[in-house]
Amino acid sequence: MGRVHLQADGTEHYHDHDDDAVHGHDHGTGRDVGDHTGYADTGTVRVEILENLLSENDRVADANRDAFARAGVRAVNLMSSPGAGKTTLLKRTLGALGCAVRIGVLEGDIATTLDADELEGAGATAIAVVNTSAGFGGECHLDAVMVRSGISRLPLNELDLLVIENVGNLVCPAEFRVGEHAKAMVYAVTEGEEKPLKYPVMFRAVEVVVVNKIDLLPHLDFDLDRFLSNLRSVNPAARVIQASARTGEGVDEWCGWLCGSA
Amino acid sequence: MKHADGRPVTQVTVRIGHLRQVVPDALRFGWELLTEPTDLKGCALVIEQVPATVECLECRAVTALDMPILTCGTCGSFEVTLLSGEEFLLVSIELAEVEA
Repeated sequence: MGRVHLQADGTEHYHDHDDDAVHGHDHGTGRDVGDHTGYADTGTVRVEILENLLSENDRVADANRDAFARAGVRAVNLMSSPGAGKTTLLKRTLGALGCAVRIGVLEGDIATTLDADELEGAGATAIAVVNTSAGFGGECHLDAVMVRSGISRLPLNELDLLVIENVGNLVCPAEFRVGEHAKAMVYAVTEGEEKPLKYPVMFRAVEVVVVNKIDLLPHLDFDLDRFLSNLRSVNPAARVIQASARTGEGVDEWCGWLCGSA
Repeated sequence: MKHADGRPVTQVTVRIGHLRQVVPDALRFGWELLTEPTDLKGCALVIEQVPATVECLECRAVTALDMPILTCGTCGSFEVTLLSGEEFLLVSIELAEVEA
């Protein structure tokens, strides 16, 4: 099977590769050895590397995962677009689980401690804030290094569950492993039915989709069946939990999954 | 780069699946901007794009996808395995020969 090669100068050319990645081939280590064939005349040496471009992130993610394992903590990466209701659901969750489960929250936000302030006193054992804007700009997602920094400020040994509330964004957070055991997302019925098709990587990345603000359904044109069908077309295995963080509907089911029991 | 062992790098090849959220134009723009003030200035970036393909678990047909909707193009089943499309690799680098 062939591939289009895009050159840095903007031109494209097509290669026919019989050894395409489609066939799951293995080039072997290849490192530092180099494939000199075909380059004798050009005066250059080609060195095969075949390394994941996110390998450094993944290495730190694995270390985070080890830290969770040593402390006996289940870590869940919670994602959504801005305003879907992650923080409100989390507040409900802390109330519902009470003292039964010791929960830590890692709040990722570009700026401010507003979400952490909102959760203050709601029942979390510990909260750490990771602001991704270190003076200027601001990352649109949490990566493994930021989570490593956040958990260094949390008493992992005193926790059963860590909820990593990612930056509100349906794109980049889906690309970065942070060492979590599971990924989940909150989706509000006010976001329309078509988002799974527009942001398939995010919807494919998660085990659970909490369909939030379900109490608003009578007031909206939102077609739940169409949304579910769109979701199925990108992620047939996703578990759907219909919930309202405002009324508390569905929160018990969510808490069951969150704690890894159901 | 540790693989270059001090020799000038003339070309870097990356392999990116269609299911990754990478925009080739944006990547090239960033590459040129970031390499400009470094030893990598002028180094070519080759982006190999890999189509997303799935194999149907029911009829075994292999489909290359135009859209990120994971369905079998032959029988329409959603019971498919992803064969390619999630690649995100540094494939190789090319080094200029250094005169001995």
